[in-house]
Amino acid sequence: MSFSLHGPGLWYATRATGLVTLLLLTGSVLLGVLTAGRFASERWPRFLTVGLHRNLSLMAVAFLALHVGTTVVDTYTSIPLTAAFIPFSSSYKTIWLSLGAVACDLLLALVITSLVRNRLGHRTWRRVHWIAYACWPVALAHGLGIGTDRSTIWVFALTVCCVAMVAAAATWRFVTGARAGAR
Amino acid sequence: MRHQLRVNPIACTGHGMCAELLPEIIKLDPWGYPILAAPDVPRHLLEHARRAVDACPTLALLMDEVSSKHR
Amino acid sequence: MTAIAVSPGRAPGVRLPRLLAGISSYQPTGLVGHEQMYGPVPLPSRPAGRRRPGRSRAGGLVDLVDRSGLTGRGGAGYPTGKKMRSVIAVPGRAVVVANGCEGEPASAKDRLLLTRLPHLVLDGITLAAQAVAADEAYLVVHGREADLLASLEDAIMEREMLGIDPVPIILAGVPNRYVSSEQSAIVQYLNGGPGRPTFSPPRPHERGVKGRPTLVNNVETLAHLALIARYGDRWFRAIGQPSAPGSTLVTVSGAVARPGVYEIEMGTPIGQVVMLAGGPSERLQALLIGGYFGGWLPAEVAWQVPMTHAGLRAAGGAMGAGMVIALPDTACPLAETARVISYLAEESADQCGPCMFGLPALADVLIDLAYQGGRSRAVDQIGSLIPLIEKRGACRHPDGATQLVRSMLRAFPGDADWHDQQGPCYGVRRPPLLPVPPDDEREWGWT
Repeated sequence: MSFSLHGPGLWYATRATGLVTLLLLTGSVLLGVLTAGRFASERWPRFLTVGLHRNLSLMAVAFLALHVGTTVVDTYTSIPLTAAFIPFSSSYKTIWLSLGAVACDLLLALVITSLVRNRLGHRTWRRVHWIAYACWPVALAHGLGIGTDRSTIWVFALTVCCVAMVAAAATWRFVTGARAGAR
Repeated sequence: MRHQLRVNPIACTGHGMCAELLPEIIKLDPWGYPILAAPDVPRHLLEHARRAVDACPTLALLMDEVSSKHR
Repeated sequence: MTAIAVSPGRAPGVRLPRLLAGISSYQPTGLVGHEQMYGPVPLPSRPAGRRRPGRSRAGGLVDLVDRSGLTGRGGAGYPTGKKMRSVIAVPGRAVVVANGCEGEPASAKDRLLLTRLPHLVLDGITLAAQAVAADEAYLVVHGREADLLASLEDAIMEREMLGIDPVPIILAGVPNRYVSSEQSAIVQYLNGGPGRPTFSPPRPHERGVKGRPTLVNNVETLAHLALIARYGDRWFRAIGQPSAPGSTLVTVSGAVARPGVYEIEMGTPIGQVVMLAGGPSERLQALLIGGYFGGWLPAEVAWQVPMTHAGLRAAGGAMGAGMVIALPDTACPLAETARVISYLAEESADQCGPCMFGLPALADVLIDLAYQGGRSRAVDQIGSLIPLIEKRGACRHPDGATQLVRSMLRAFPGDADWHDQQGPCYGVRRPPLLPVPPDDEREWGWT
């Protein structure tokens, strides 16, 4: 398959990078929960959890950039770059694409505030970081709704796994967090 | 130019990453909170100290630059 | 105390009383009685219409306070003039906070001043506000003291009607927790937060209420200020010691004939203080000086020690806010200490791990040592716990507790060994001596 701005090559790339972004985000959410839960074992120190969480998040941003890039450059659908950040700015599958834009904005907020955490102060950073629990489901909805790979068995199975893990992690986080109480 | 570490005990919630990343200076008490053996950071540990400060989830580990004239 | 109250300014030969000269047995001294005894508050007149933002007019009173050698009467004994200068040194309009909380259960002097001689304290606040060029002033007590707040409001209103205080004095009530009377906790409370200590830097004098340089003084310190402004630094230094001048209020309690608040010259030997309070009512084994953040001293050691910060430090104790509690032979100092540490552990702000976990652990070991016997390891356990607790919190709460425990081990090594190896002594059966507020008077949790 030769590369061209026309034809299915870029479309595959968009779908692939989108899926990888979702997987990386899932990994990041799980590691975030493990950080808050102070997970550690003999072979797995805590700084590894937080370090991986950071790296996976940054990789997710990188793959998101590729995902957005391949989408915009693809001449099959005329989706402008602004549609990646501003909801309702494309006529192609407007609702689902807008969800993607929202997820993208939320992710950028999370990552940028984390990069300048030292200047922001812990309390502000923490309040913003809770939107991670909004970002992931919105990204997932975008992926499911945009509809291209819903019917593929292995993609579906992968998605179900991601949902199950994040749901379990989030539940555990909120249950133990509520018990620990406000300090 | 000396560098000194200190802990904000209110912000610290005992994650313990600092002790993992800088065991030469930071040990954990029986409840998981950091004890600094000495506040001064020797030159060869400066990078590790910076990494430990960066890794703290609650920004409780602080490093100050202290000019040699003071104390 | 002399039977005849004479105004301090009109009888130079009379050494005491000074603060307590104007006190009446029956009711608070109102504004009229106050001015009859001490004269009106000596505020220097301002040039009309000039409001200078700078602090160059500070000179007068702060110099006077410096020369008088007045030190804080809230427990730390920090030179008051120095504190005022540190507030003045920070640019911006200042705030004055008078701390009348008196968190120590065994102390009653601040309460005495606020209920019976409120105008002395209010004068002090106004003078301090003028000296550091503050335009906001607060008088802080525990919020549950409804009667106290009401009577203070009356006193403030009396002055408002005559326009005495250029800076209006605002009353504030902090939560009924031990740590809420700490100065950074008060500042945080006045800033709208919970009454819990904060991490410093910055200290209140740099950035306090509303981010402005804040002078926090104990109410007794301000009362002394009110008299220094009237009678001068040499008058203040005429009694006491050269390094610890003036008079101070002490609260004497425990096994004495007449427990209460007394005014003494700084440097009075502790034995004399106990005699002032009517002498021991039983044979004494030890004295607790400085309250729950202070230290135990065996009676024979304490008797000659002068009541000054330096003197008590040299003897291995601490002056704190001038409490003297007399422990009789029939009581057990370990049991008393164990109960106090349990109280202090419950009163932790629960912000810092070493205090939140360390104090209850220490309390448990102490209770075992006192009431069950230490199984020959309690003393060692205490020894290893103390360095894990002290100086590892954001405020001095854990340090005060460990200081008390250290002094207990130093003053009663024989008792500690006996309890550790043999078990509790008969003294633990005695009804408790050191006061701990009952549960229903305490606040739990943080609103």
